[in-house]
Amino acid sequence: MGEIINVEHLAYTYPGVDDTPGVAVFKDLNLRVDAGSFVAVLGGNGCGKSTLAKHFNSILLPCGGKVWVSGMDTSDENKLIAIRRSVGMVFQNPDNQIVANVVEEDVAFGPENLGISSAEIRRRVDHALKQVGMSKYAKHAPHLLSGGQKQRIAIAGIIAMEPKCIVLDEPTAMLDPRGRREVMETVTKLNREKGITIVLITHHMDEAAQAQRVVVMHRGEIAADGKPEEVFSQVELLHRLGLAAPESVELCYELNREGFDLPLDRLNEKECAKALFEAIQK
Amino acid sequence: MEPILQVQNLNYIYSAGTPFEHQALQDVSFSVSRGEFIGIIGHTGSGKSTLMQQLNGLLKPTSGTILLDGKDIWSDKKLTRQARFRVGLVFQYPEYQLFEETVYKDIAFGPKNMGLSYEEIDRRVRDAAATVGLTEQQLQVSPFDLSGGQKRRVAIAGVIAMEPEVLILDEPTAGLDPRGREEILKNIEDYRRTHNATVMMVSHSMDDVARLTDRLLVLNGSRLVMDGSPAEVFARSEELIEMGLNIPQVTRVFLELKAMGLDVEPVYTIDQAVAVLKTLRGGAAKC
Repeated sequence: MGEIINVEHLAYTYPGVDDTPGVAVFKDLNLRVDAGSFVAVLGGNGCGKSTLAKHFNSILLPCGGKVWVSGMDTSDENKLIAIRRSVGMVFQNPDNQIVANVVEEDVAFGPENLGISSAEIRRRVDHALKQVGMSKYAKHAPHLLSGGQKQRIAIAGIIAMEPKCIVLDEPTAMLDPRGRREVMETVTKLNREKGITIVLITHHMDEAAQAQRVVVMHRGEIAADGKPEEVFSQVELLHRLGLAAPESVELCYELNREGFDLPLDRLNEKECAKALFEAIQK
Repeated sequence: MEPILQVQNLNYIYSAGTPFEHQALQDVSFSVSRGEFIGIIGHTGSGKSTLMQQLNGLLKPTSGTILLDGKDIWSDKKLTRQARFRVGLVFQYPEYQLFEETVYKDIAFGPKNMGLSYEEIDRRVRDAAATVGLTEQQLQVSPFDLSGGQKRRVAIAGVIAMEPEVLILDEPTAGLDPRGREEILKNIEDYRRTHNATVMMVSHSMDDVARLTDRLLVLNGSRLVMDGSPAEVFARSEELIEMGLNIPQVTRVFLELKAMGLDVEPVYTIDQAVAVLKTLRGGAAKC
């Protein structure tokens, strides 16, 4: 299993308008994402998360350094279509991503642009809707669906392109708890069952805790990188960066300041309760 | 305490008499006092946004009444207009509604519509900007040159500048990082305290509402199904989960502890959890 995305010495500056200087986001960023992995990217607003994501499918091109997708240079214009087929993007607001008046037509929009046969498009659309659990809404109007359902339609549109990797930029920010759960379940399933690489940008620590790897960004650099338990146990670092650990870890951290001696890697409530129970029984 | 807002047997039906007829609110009654900080929770489609828009007269009830300071806001045109100023509404992603050339002008838009004097408008714009932590310098720039979090603050300042007695916000922290979230919540709390205003905040973040509010209203299937303190509401965790809502993670940790046989009352903030666990350990040491 090799890497699907390789960012080497990436430098990027947003161009300035008129005489104003540009905004430098990255100076020298390095990151590799293994094929088939599930990576969460955390960081405060303005840390460069979304700018990085846009480099993964040639929406933005490096000012310095290289970004490789499945071995293809993202600045190579001849590879543009192949790169966009490999890496699909899902954005925050589902309403901005839906183009058609019927769900299945919306999902077909991507594959139609790939110039494949209509029988193949039919197969892909049906398959994609099944993957996100929206088959029975195939003939519905997208604007009458809930936020979570709309976001799953947007994901289906990407799946129909049969990408190797899906990059999701805060896909649950506008959703309620039920919608968030639907999207997270869909994403985890695609990763586990289909081996699709997932890069999830999020502000929700509980979502990041479900990934295999968490990358924390700060001012265009990588501030922490590791398994969720490793990253979230660095509570002080997270606080310094304006972030937080899941509540279960924050609770253990606060108790340790009161003289307890609790592990800081308990990301779910069952594990946390177990540790607390033992500490009290002592 | 004298209630500022009273909602009595409120019903609202969208597209009545058409095939799309949908009852968004069903027999909703409650009243709120000055200075209260109230959280409104419920999943998408439960009626939260419809309720918000009823409270300042953007939507007219199909039946039932809304009293502001004891007067029906629909009994007289003047009162309806007043309700729109006295009850301030901040929509979801309000930064998309900015439109003026400068931050100052954008914040001044509301107070100008109220027909206030130039001096009073100026005072209010500056006060509102200060409340949300915008600098003097930022007042002169275009709102479109600001970051997302700053734009959100400008939008909130625009409503605060009308100095509403009731401030209603729909998910004011959606899409912000934890630090940005804390700052906006603090701004809102400051406004509540300094103006003795009522704040009603719609939120999906159970951690935030648990920490900040005195009282929670839970909407489900167009009805008001719970109305009580966070302690009372989160004590009914199973029902909340059934409605598709979340409960704070510390509350879930404590439910686990209870299931393990520990005699603990439900908690909903980290501070409470720390206090309970400290005494538990202290108690064990004495034995």
